[in-house]
Amino acid sequence: MSLSARSQGSPDKILKALEDQDTTLTFEDALENEMVLNMGPQHPATHGVLRLLIRLDGETILGCVPDLGYLHRGYEKLAENMNYHEYITHTDRLDYLSPLANNVAYVLAVEKLCGIEAPPRAQYIRVICAELARLASHLVWMGTMAMDVGALTVLLWGFREREKIQDIWDILTGVRFTTSFTRVGGIAHDMTDEAVAATKAFIDQLPDKLEEVEKLLLRNRIFIRRCEGVGCVSREQAIAMGMTGPILRASGVDHDLRRDQPYLVYRELDFEIPVHPDGDSLARFYVRMEEMKESVRIIRQALEKLPSGPVRANDPKRVLPLKERVYSKMEELINDFMLINFGINPPAGECYHAIEGSKGELGFYIVSRGEGRPWRLKIRAPSFCNLQALPIMLKGGMVSDVVAVIGSVDPVMGEADK
Amino acid sequence: MKDRVLEKLSKKFKTSILAVEEFAANPKLYATDLVVTVKKSDLISICEFLCSDAELRFDSLRDLMGIDQYLPEDRYEVVYNIYSLRNNFRLFLKVKVDEHDLKVPTVVGIWPAANWLEREAYDMYGLVFEGHPDLRRIYMPEEFEYFPLRKEFPLMGIPGSLPLPKK
Repeated sequence: MSLSARSQGSPDKILKALEDQDTTLTFEDALENEMVLNMGPQHPATHGVLRLLIRLDGETILGCVPDLGYLHRGYEKLAENMNYHEYITHTDRLDYLSPLANNVAYVLAVEKLCGIEAPPRAQYIRVICAELARLASHLVWMGTMAMDVGALTVLLWGFREREKIQDIWDILTGVRFTTSFTRVGGIAHDMTDEAVAATKAFIDQLPDKLEEVEKLLLRNRIFIRRCEGVGCVSREQAIAMGMTGPILRASGVDHDLRRDQPYLVYRELDFEIPVHPDGDSLARFYVRMEEMKESVRIIRQALEKLPSGPVRANDPKRVLPLKERVYSKMEELINDFMLINFGINPPAGECYHAIEGSKGELGFYIVSRGEGRPWRLKIRAPSFCNLQALPIMLKGGMVSDVVAVIGSVDPVMGEADK
Repeated sequence: MKDRVLEKLSKKFKTSILAVEEFAANPKLYATDLVVTVKKSDLISICEFLCSDAELRFDSLRDLMGIDQYLPEDRYEVVYNIYSLRNNFRLFLKVKVDEHDLKVPTVVGIWPAANWLEREAYDMYGLVFEGHPDLRRIYMPEEFEYFPLRKEFPLMGIPGSLPLPKK
């Protein structure tokens, strides 16, 4: 439905008509007025099912109303009807570009609720998982953002690198996309030497590839002119709109949960938080590119420090036993049966745990009544809050920049729509 | 920081704080979350104070959610997840909402981020945020008649409640 209707001074009427049904409006004097443009939900450049209603005066954007909900699957309702372990698979489908990071964030929240902690080896592997997920997500962003402003080569390069990460996930978790790798109190299975070697080989060659991309884009006048000064958000606006993640840091706010409220073993790792003051699309490009290099550093350190030991905590009432033992030991078989059928029963209470995901603060607020299922589970989805700032970024800009700005915000609708 | 927040809050709003909860299943491993339940009528003044106070500066609303406790009194709760970038401290404010009076004052004037978050809570629970500039459903279609995250709404949905678009 591509609609270009010229109104007789009543954009509300057009909005109403668009809300009501799929329709094309025609008005009599076409040249006099503002135009309302509908973009999406089926539009290749919106990166999913995002729909925007844009009011235009010529080529200038006067206002923008995002419309969400086309991918709403009710994950918060589903969470109330299944036990804590079952829900891990659903977290894959939130931000489907970085499923491993979602798995980690969810089990950390459940572990906080139960008051248990994964053993050190599992924590290091989780850090590696979360950073690989960040790399995969940023590589897709890099490719699609460059493609949105016309640089198609970078898309192919970005996806080539991401494919290598997916191969690592294949070795590490057994699947390429919907990983469901973590478990409450640990991870599904140990990281093999093969996976360690594959990760090492990958991060050794990635910085050179990123440099190639930077060479290609940052000396490209078209790319710079299309990104510089486009989609600006000031520091104050960014904080007030609840933005988090790279796009907050690109507005000059030095905030990263990995450093400010450390979780897992980030305290023991050495890394920088890239911050850029400009707040435009180009600043977001710089911040994410630097972040990828820092992720490489983090993974390298984590691989060097990777301790040996078990990958699941020793707490039979909460933590699923390893499959090998379930098949050979009576006690583990009973524990497995009880956990699968009745779930873990964390104490009554409510807690919140957030991690710095690839898009921003990804948090889970869990209300427990001491039963096998959460009473209420709220997902704090970074894409949702970041998208809310889109009208600010677009206002006063050109219609041709809409696509470039969406690309630089990097929303994932699976997460924004829940 | 926790003590300082509580001290400042109780000094200024002694009568409006109903409860202070700190849940910790294992305080040795994890920092506790501070949840402060306040009176609904004083919510706006407390939020304004927390946002503008030079020392506390809770300048970022990170999340806002409704909870259906399914109790005969004070059935719903609204939780505000606010963060202070200056102090790196997170605070949860909670108000209780009775089933017969679903109105909650809006905080859009204090934190603009509340706009979509309040729309989401309205969409899922039917909580009415008074003074909200654009209180429409955000996920479900506008003509949908139910509030899906209420406990009485069945998981399978209600047949016929979501009509297919007209051809």
